Amino acid sequence: MNTMQNPLQVAGKTYHSRLLVGTGKYKDLEETRLAIEASGAEIVTVAIRRTNIGQNPDEPNLLDVIHPDKYTLLPNTAGCYSAEDAVRTCRLARELLDGHNLTKLEVLGDEKTLFPHITETLKAAETLVKDGFEVMVYTNDDPIVARELEQIGCAAVMPLAAPIGSGLGIRNPYNILEIIENANVPIIVDAGVGTASDAAIAMEMGCDGVLMNTAIAAAKDPVLMASAMKKGIEAGREAFLAGRMPRKRYASASSPIDGTFF
Amino acid sequence: MKILLNGKPFELADKSSASNLLESLQLSDKKLAMEINQEIVPRSEYEHYQLHANDKVEIVHAIGGG
Repeated sequence: MNTMQNPLQVAGKTYHSRLLVGTGKYKDLEETRLAIEASGAEIVTVAIRRTNIGQNPDEPNLLDVIHPDKYTLLPNTAGCYSAEDAVRTCRLARELLDGHNLTKLEVLGDEKTLFPHITETLKAAETLVKDGFEVMVYTNDDPIVARELEQIGCAAVMPLAAPIGSGLGIRNPYNILEIIENANVPIIVDAGVGTASDAAIAMEMGCDGVLMNTAIAAAKDPVLMASAMKKGIEAGREAFLAGRMPRKRYASASSPIDGTFF
Repeated sequence: MKILLNGKPFELADKSSASNLLESLQLSDKKLAMEINQEIVPRSEYEHYQLHANDKVEIVHAIGGG
């Protein structure tokens, strides 16, 4: 079984890349474009913000380089601290993107940690699912909350590996494993990945994908890191499908003992 | 008349439509979404949507984010 025969399915659509990327924190739109291209990602997050009134009308737009015909756009609700603001943001995004109803719900609870506000997240998820959105939801690594979000009807549950932008890697692997094992929707680790091995570890555990932004954008060479992440995701996925050898405490010789002449 | 545009006071001609507002901002051909008094105004309604004094207008677009 190779990775092409085993694609990611989210909200009824098939994707061959299991790496989802953000578009924040890049030096400029050209660097954004090159990094996203190198990552091979098909699902790309964007934020919704006020248009600058009185700015140069010819200023380039993100959607010119990350074109909706080429990528599946995943508008986020970053910066929202209440269900109400998150729902408003999603509705604006759907209008902006001509009825596209896939959305990344994130409702934050605290500025220092950017940990998700779970009760507001659950409230917003219910409203959005009823309103016809396909909700990919950022949450903490709590298996019970993940189960609740799935029951509400979210299209994917996205537990954090570590705080957004921290690059600390998976802090609570056994919780992530518990979430994966109990899920019937894709589980995508969102936030906290620092480097390619972190992404590989998430995939080796059986995650359906990894969503990241800062790990690529804040690397010294973002385009090279995007390529590294692509390979880390693929390597981790193949290792998961291959099934790793059991861990043993003592050695087991790789060369046969039979036929030794000494 | 005065409206509140993206959180700031903004002066425009009486009986302006949503389309007129976008024209005056040179944003007519841009990819954006509009909310007036917390209600989405679909693009197809801009031409006939009449703005009123003290309307709260939000015009948003997509930018880089995770």
